[in-house]
Amino acid sequence: MKSMAELEAIRQRTLQRINLRKEDQNENIRVVVGMATCGIAAGARPVMMGFMDEINKRGLSHVTVSQTGCIGMCRLEPMVDVYLPGQEKVTYVHMTPEKVGRVVAEHIVNGRPVTEYTIGAAEENK
Amino acid sequence: MRDLSLHILDLAENSVRAKASVVAIGVKVDEGKLITLTIKDDGCGMDAELLQRVMSPFGTTRTTRKVGLGIPLMAQNARLTGGDIAIESQVGVGTTFTATLHGDSIDCLPLGDLAGTVVSLVTANPEGPDFVLECASPKGEMQFDTREVRQALGDVPLNEPEVASWMLEAIREELEPIFGGVIL
Repeated sequence: MKSMAELEAIRQRTLQRINLRKEDQNENIRVVVGMATCGIAAGARPVMMGFMDEINKRGLSHVTVSQTGCIGMCRLEPMVDVYLPGQEKVTYVHMTPEKVGRVVAEHIVNGRPVTEYTIGAAEENK
Repeated sequence: MRDLSLHILDLAENSVRAKASVVAIGVKVDEGKLITLTIKDDGCGMDAELLQRVMSPFGTTRTTRKVGLGIPLMAQNARLTGGDIAIESQVGVGTTFTATLHGDSIDCLPLGDLAGTVVSLVTANPEGPDFVLECASPKGEMQFDTREVRQALGDVPLNEPEVASWMLEAIREELEPIFGGVIL
């Protein structure tokens, strides 16, 4: 049974990490998932949960996951934007929970975008 | 949409955009397998003219595009089962969306991952609104309120991955005896 006492333990563990993060604002990485009707229908929720899960497992405290609305390319959903500090944003299209692991490992952890999943690659192969 | 929890996620985003401070999501299944979904918010509300417009696929508050499919898709899936939707709204007070579905219809979508819906909403909107999930079936009932989680966490934001994972498990654990173990 999950208890509120566990939350207190999480609070104490996490507080320290958050303070570290505040000092290091410039290093923060943002993952933005498209969560409008089109994104949700195409499977954005499991993708978002996949990112949360992977970030939790790897203890990546400098990564935040957030959402955006429809940007008009509904046929490419689920779409995910990854913002690394000092770099141009990278847009991944037709995302699946299975692709999340590679994006986290190669792009977020090691700084090399997974080119074959990006919008550029998808539009070239059309 | 593949299941009802995805419809709920989509429609609750409307409440977020209406600047609600609390969004209450209700999922009730009665003995005759009638499913009642409610999404009640205290957001900005809609006037009669807008209320008429949102029912149509060609009605939306967006200015970039002319379509809004969230409510029409839910309405279609409710009507396929012999159910329907209803929206009550008052400017400045809030909006209550209700969908009824006949669970024994072959066209009725499965409930889906309600815990995933709530946790995605919270993760995407850590500063608020708060979300309340209330579920009931002949087998029991549960309530989950993110205000309690927020209070217990103090300065720690609700979108911390470890918190999200705790909420997911906490909600799933409470839902299982009510709706059964099948969630995906």
